[in-house]
Amino acid sequence: MTTLQPPAAVDRTARPSLKRDRRSWTGWGFVGPFVAVFALVFLAPIGYSIYLSLFRDRLIGGNTFVGLDNYQQALQDDQFWAGVTRVGLFLLVQVPIMLGIALLVALALDSGRLYGKNFFRISIFLPYAVPAVVATLMWAFMYGTRFGLVGDINDAFGVSLPDPLSPDLILASIGNIVTWEFVGYNMLIFYSALRVIPHSLYEAAEIDGAGQLRVITAIKLPAIRGALVIATIFSIIGSFQLFNEPSILKPLAPNAVTTDYTPNYYTYTLSFNGQQHNYSATVAIVMGLITMVIAYVVQLRGMRKGA
Amino acid sequence: MSSPATTASKPTPAPPGPPGHAPRLRTPRKAADRRRPRRSVLLTGLTGLVLVYTLVPLIWLVISSTKTQEGLADSPGLWFGDHFALWDNIRETFTYNDGVFVRWLLNTLLYVVLGAGGATFLAVLGGYALAKFTFPGKRAVFAVVIGAVAVPTTALAVPTFLMFSKMGLTNTPWAVILPSLISPFGLYLMWVFATEAIPTELLEAARIDGAGELRTFFRVSLPLLAPGIVTVLLFTMVATWNNYFLPLIMLKDPDWYPLTLGLNSWNAQAQTAGGEAVFNLVITGSLITILPLIAAFLLLQKYWQSGLAAGSVKE
Repeated sequence: MTTLQPPAAVDRTARPSLKRDRRSWTGWGFVGPFVAVFALVFLAPIGYSIYLSLFRDRLIGGNTFVGLDNYQQALQDDQFWAGVTRVGLFLLVQVPIMLGIALLVALALDSGRLYGKNFFRISIFLPYAVPAVVATLMWAFMYGTRFGLVGDINDAFGVSLPDPLSPDLILASIGNIVTWEFVGYNMLIFYSALRVIPHSLYEAAEIDGAGQLRVITAIKLPAIRGALVIATIFSIIGSFQLFNEPSILKPLAPNAVTTDYTPNYYTYTLSFNGQQHNYSATVAIVMGLITMVIAYVVQLRGMRKGA
Repeated sequence: MSSPATTASKPTPAPPGPPGHAPRLRTPRKAADRRRPRRSVLLTGLTGLVLVYTLVPLIWLVISSTKTQEGLADSPGLWFGDHFALWDNIRETFTYNDGVFVRWLLNTLLYVVLGAGGATFLAVLGGYALAKFTFPGKRAVFAVVIGAVAVPTTALAVPTFLMFSKMGLTNTPWAVILPSLISPFGLYLMWVFATEAIPTELLEAARIDGAGELRTFFRVSLPLLAPGIVTVLLFTMVATWNNYFLPLIMLKDPDWYPLTLGLNSWNAQAQTAGGEAVFNLVITGSLITILPLIAAFLLLQKYWQSGLAAGSVKE
């Protein structure tokens, strides 16, 4: 009609203003609420704990600035390092086992060779929905000789299995609980990554006559490297934060679990039983730094191999 | 061998590349499914071992919740006792100690609705902004939030407690709800999802039609984000429903306990001098605690699985 000109003009003026709009502060309207709460519950506590870590409550003189004394104390604290070593050992054994099983199950699901694939996928994932408290109580009951499965096995076969809650085995028992909780979650992460591998790659491999194993090592694993690295980093962070399982097991295995069993348990004890808030904050910061450094190294290494 | 991709014979339908927008994973495989690889009994059996491992504790929990306290000690763990006491246990769980379990359940619901609901809301808004807007400081926001993922949240808990106690927030529901509102993982997932699921041309079209930013968001973008929202909602729900450490340090008053803390206190009760052992209630209460989440995951499968898949596209 006759109004061909005006719309075009509107269009021409609208576009640049639109561009400008999108470069403007409009986005802050959407991201602002997140950032505000984030500042309150993430940044402020970090800042506050750094502040706390530089002071010390003294009997004489009260709250005084002590510089890096708390850090020096933490670096020489045997209780702290025993905990770090323990979670380090836990990490080196439990994480590879958990991620290995998760990866094998994900590959099995993705191969299309399973009967009842969907049932497998959803069932193995289910423990993720179980709270750590319930998972730990459940396993603790089953570990027990009173009405647990260990007791049943002992009775049925006339054997006496070692007590999973004894000091020697408690770390392995905790590892089993954590593995049970998260194997399905990691499996799902890997499986989701496997599902989006472009089909053309498989077709090319088939033309080249590559076998299943070769497809896995040459196509599937490299393609999900990102997911593997992310899962590893999350597992490392999780291991270093270990608290729930040991603290819930504590009443059942008082001799095996000490109040400085993991670094996180140690900070908790320092703060809530010892009232040493400043030192507790320091230990938390040191542990956070160790975690971040290791996570960062894993990320660098993982990504470099991919390039 | 015949890998899952055997579509050499039909090059035209279902192009193999990843789907352009709506990140649904089923589509590219549909064509291949017609020529499935052979099923393997051996592989099914091996995977079955993992299945047994994951299901045995849950089966134990279901069976044990049908037993009286004496039955728990007398009967084998994976078989029923003499009395089928499930209904008695459920009734007693809800009425024991003046029905404190109901109180804990309501508290948990409060924390989940406000905490997980709020976290999802903030993550959706933030992820949308990161995906579809350029604004000053965007890179900084992104870097800080991604960096924060590596900060152990439990390392933050003690300082947060000290800060909140200065602000007089400890021992109130806010002490549990406020920290639950931030989910860096949720923000990341929504950012990836919004990038994929909302075509920028659609937003521009809406703007040219004169729709305001809020209206565009609610009318155009929100429906497209539905699978991502369900995914983030489910995962934040799990995080808040299962939260233990945060309420443990923040709350002293059992009246504000969530289920997780309450169950643990029932269990610990047997260890204290003169405390009554109520293991049957701990077990039945545990079962009642996990059922809603398991039901949610089962019922909403279709949504969260495609949401997760979209999240892994970008990695």
